[in-house]
Amino acid sequence: MSDDVVLLERRDATLLITINRPHALNALTPETNLALKRAFDEASFDDAVGAVVLTGAGRAFCAGADLKGVAERLDAGDTSIGDDLRKNYAPLTRAIRTSPKPVIAALNGTAAGAGLSLALACDLRIAAAGASLVVAFVRVGLVPDAGCLFFLTRMLGLSKATELAMTGEPISVEDAMRLGLVAAVVPADQVLQAAIERAQQLVQLPRQTLALIKRGLERALELDLERTLELEAALQNLAGQTHDAREAMHAFVEKRAPVFRHTG
Amino acid sequence: MPLDSGHGMPYEFVLTETRGPVGIVKINRPQVRNALNNQTIAELVEALEAFDRERAIRCMILTGDERAFAAGADIAQMADAGAVEVLEDDRFTQWTRFRAIKKPIIAAVSGYALGGGCEVALMCDLIVASETAQFGQPEVKIGIIPGAGGTQRWTRSVGKVRAMEAVLLGDPIRAVDAERIGLINRVVPAGAHLEEALRLANVIAERPPLAVRLGKEAVNQALETSLSAGLDYERKLFYLLFASEDKREGMRAFLEKRPGNFTGR
Repeated sequence: MSDDVVLLERRDATLLITINRPHALNALTPETNLALKRAFDEASFDDAVGAVVLTGAGRAFCAGADLKGVAERLDAGDTSIGDDLRKNYAPLTRAIRTSPKPVIAALNGTAAGAGLSLALACDLRIAAAGASLVVAFVRVGLVPDAGCLFFLTRMLGLSKATELAMTGEPISVEDAMRLGLVAAVVPADQVLQAAIERAQQLVQLPRQTLALIKRGLERALELDLERTLELEAALQNLAGQTHDAREAMHAFVEKRAPVFRHTG
Repeated sequence: MPLDSGHGMPYEFVLTETRGPVGIVKINRPQVRNALNNQTIAELVEALEAFDRERAIRCMILTGDERAFAAGADIAQMADAGAVEVLEDDRFTQWTRFRAIKKPIIAAVSGYALGGGCEVALMCDLIVASETAQFGQPEVKIGIIPGAGGTQRWTRSVGKVRAMEAVLLGDPIRAVDAERIGLINRVVPAGAHLEEALRLANVIAERPPLAVRLGKEAVNQALETSLSAGLDYERKLFYLLFASEDKREGMRAFLEKRPGNFTGR
């Protein structure tokens, strides 16, 4: 296995990003986060990449921030946790949310703390049966971070988000699926394959439109109905100008399969 | 097709185009993210003035490209300047000319609107931004302050509290935040800013030109005077419009439930 903390592999139009610190349950360090952010940034501008799958090497998806490193940096007085988040986490969360490509988390194992935040920043989550999700932070005296408060409240509503955030207890991915956090639960040995298959299905769809949908969903989270109606009109104008939308409409009328070219 | 600059030379750093009643001026120095050197400023003011004089044009749009509306003054041009050079600098004369333009100008912003670029956007009457746009006054970071109206127009648009933050910290704000605090009119998805600006410009172009012109003048006057003087000023412009053909046509069309046909008379 490579020494790189983040591995990149292309499977057709899908980019597979693997957090590769299995001995540390893929705990996040400034180095992993920078490598992840760069990978997402590059994928965002790479026309050959249609979708991204994010997973972890070994038995965990990601155990969250590398607490040993955080404690050392705090003791040495070189950082505050707040600045650590601003510098090492916020840019990564932003990179995933602003990426025009769909990002699927393949939860091969536990996602805890900032590892869960990372999974929630993705667009879809496919989980291995038996894995668990843990908000965790309160257990080490900390507040949920790296976007966790935003994603949990929006995805679950305040009541359930409060329960998970205040107890920090694990929930099974089966329960998470019932709550809507996880799109599918599959046998552990099939999770990566299932996520990649889902990605391959997405990349067949008009990619410019997927990007517009992602942007629209992102904005709609913060908007009222009036502004959302206006946003939809503006996005639809852009979508309607693409070759693929015209092609799809013609194909529908002509009762044939559309041929998308994802550009123009 | 570049328009004539008035000196028999086509513009070098701006492109102009008309779409029906709308005149578009595009800042075009992509290699330096549309940094505003003196020539660019002179050209964009001249292009806007030319549209202002043209009777068929009823509204203008000022824009840049996807990456930058305008990324500020050309620092390379200012790095070695002393106080006297800046005092004699022609650019401040140009900004005075910009203020005298009578037809509405819509800024269509994508990417950077920083420093002088942000100030130019604030000189316009409406600002439409792509969600990728960033607005800010980073001058403090290089030892100066905004010099083309930034300290004054931010304060008038969003109040002292937000203006201080922009001017003292120098950090840019995102388009959605700029909309929320009232610095700009609206945010649209990336790539849709020019289209939205055109939509608004065409709406304005259908309105009676004299009412649009005097409406702009009256609002701008509000920034200059006391309320009582402003109200007096408004009333005089109001009376004036009652002498126009478009007022008669507008009210008749309203009563007859049909669109007005306005001539600007």
